[in-house]
Parts: sequence; structure tokens; C-alpha cells
Amino acid sequence: MATYQLDITREHCPMTFVKTKIQLSKLNSGDLLEVFLTEGEPLTNVPKSSTEQGYTVLEVSHVKDNIHKVLIQK
Amino acid sequence: MDFTEDQIQRYSRHILLQDVGPEGQEKISQAKVLMVGAGGLGAPAALYLAAAGVGTIGIIDGDVVDLSNLQRQIIHFTPDVGKAKVTSAQEKINLLNPDVRVEVYPYLLNASNALEIIGKYDFVVDGTDNFPVKFLINDACVLAGKPFSHGGILRFQGQTMTWLPGHACYRCVFQAPPPPNLVPTCSEAGVLGAIAGMLGTIQAAEALKFITGVGELLTDRLLTFDARSMEFRNVKVKSNAHCGVCGEHPTILQPEDYAQATCELKQT
Ligand SMILES: [Zn+2]
Repeated sequence: MATYQLDITREHCPMTFVKTKIQLSKLNSGDLLEVFLTEGEPLTNVPKSSTEQGYTVLEVSHVKDNIHKVLIQK
Repeated sequence: MDFTEDQIQRYSRHILLQDVGPEGQEKISQAKVLMVGAGGLGAPAALYLAAAGVGTIGIIDGDVVDLSNLQRQIIHFTPDVGKAKVTSAQEKINLLNPDVRVEVYPYLLNASNALEIIGKYDFVVDGTDNFPVKFLINDACVLAGKPFSHGGILRFQGQTMTWLPGHACYRCVFQAPPPPNLVPTCSEAGVLGAIAGMLGTIQAAEALKFITGVGELLTDRLLTFDARSMEFRNVKVKSNAHCGVCGEHPTILQPEDYAQATCELKQT
């Protein structure tokens, strides 16, 4: 089980979740993805969309300033 | 497959769909679809399949663009009048999506070339406007085990069904081409242009569903609509044990050419 990282702090909706999905598609089942994103739309929608599409959101944590980290398991 | 940044942008609305996603988009990118006819149905179908990023689109059509085509064949533009339809369609597809490889066949599909051409593709879209070729496509696809979408339009009405091996074929339902004298002549056969878009777009959606494995295809049912009432109906259809091509004792073992109504031969 490996852990990967993805920075989508510069992306806007819907590319935030598009980039997340592309990265998740490359993972094996059980692998973890740490997604770094900003407050507002990305923080609201990426965890929600990930859950809706069958991935498991394990944790959402504040990193610094307006950057947050979402830990998703495939 | 690693998508380029441009491809991620271009296909983002497919990638967002749970049932398509990056995996489905990759299947679309590797798929090969043959359009038989670049007319009323083939025009919208080819545009949507090109926009979707279908890897290879084959187009077979022996006609040139006529001014009377432009009312519904939206892949052809006014300056294209006189140009081969396959060339006109190829140019628009290249402009719309350079990812797509286009293979053109500037002649009619017939009994001697059908199996060889359809054999190169994963899915066939029947966008033709006459019964003999519709039966030829059905027979060739059934004989080759090649999934295809049947489509037909007339006046305000459209009908379509999808065939996969093991399901009812077009001939199971309609048996044989009508005698040429019973086919509407060109002067009787007007069509509301937008109907072509409705039906061809349904066919493109079926092709994409087949490629991605999403949902239930229009197998063993005929979808019909009448734009005057805008009512859509699904008519259940069954495999026919007496079908000439897929029945218990098939009589059609090779594709056959049928006589065409004279008006259709002018290809105007
Ligand atoms: Zn049959």
C-alpha cells in the first residue's frame, strides 16, 4: 500500500476533481492519496465528490494558511 | 494511458462522470468506430464521436456535398458544396479534435467490400438513407459478429436499435427490404432537419455506451419517436427463429446487394 501526493492548489472547479480522479485512477486499490487544496470550492467539493464516486475520505486536515490536505483511499 | 494537460482539459467532463472517468476516456481514445454515411445521421454522430475523442473514425460515403444536404447534414458547410462528403467530414473532424485519426472510403459500401471494411472497427453506425444498404449493413455486421447501431429517419419520425451478438437483429424485425416501388420517392420523403440530429446523436451515445460499457444498450428494443408529439417509445423486439441471417436456418451466408429505388441511385 503506497501513499501518493497531489497538489491542486492552482486548479479551479471542475479541474480540481478531474485531476484528483486522474491521479486516483493510477493507484491500486487500498493506496492512499494526499490531496493538497485550497479553502472554498475545492475543500468543499473534492472530498464530497470523492465520497460520492466511491472513494474513502479518511481525513481532512489544515496544513497552513488556506491550504488543506485531504487523505483519500482508493 | 497518460493524458496530456490539453487532453485532461478537453475530456474533463467525461472524466468527471463516475461511469466514464479516466478509464472510460482511455477506452474511447482506443476505440474504432465506422460511420456508414456522412449524411443526416452520420454528420451529428461523427461530430459527437470526434468531440468525445474516439481514437479512429472511419467514414464511408460515395457522395459529394449538395446544397440540399445542408439543411440537416451539419458536418458540411456551404463552401463544401461539390466536395466529397468524406473529405468535408474529415476536415471538420480534424478541426474539432486533432486527437482523432480519420480513415475515409470515398465509395459506397457493397456486398464485396462490407466485411473487409467493417472488420477493421469495433462498432458500426448505420447512417444510411436507404433500405438495401441498411440490410447489407445488418447482414454484414451479424455475419461478422460486429456490434452496430441501426438508425432511420423520415419526415418527423426516427427509429433506432442497437445490435450485439445474441440479440434481435434488424432483419429479425423487418425481414427484407421493401419493394423499390413501395419506398417513398424523393419528393415524398421530406425530413425535418433537426430529426437527423436527434437520431444521429442517440446513435453516437449508443456507440459511446458500448465503448465504455456504461448502462443498457438499445438491444432487443426499437426506440421510435415522432417529433410532432415529441413522444418516445421503446418497442420490445425479439430474435426471429426464421430470420434469414441470424435464425435457426440462415439462408444469407454472405452479404448481398439489393436493388435500390431509382431515385436513390441519383444520390442528390
Ligand atoms: Zn436476425
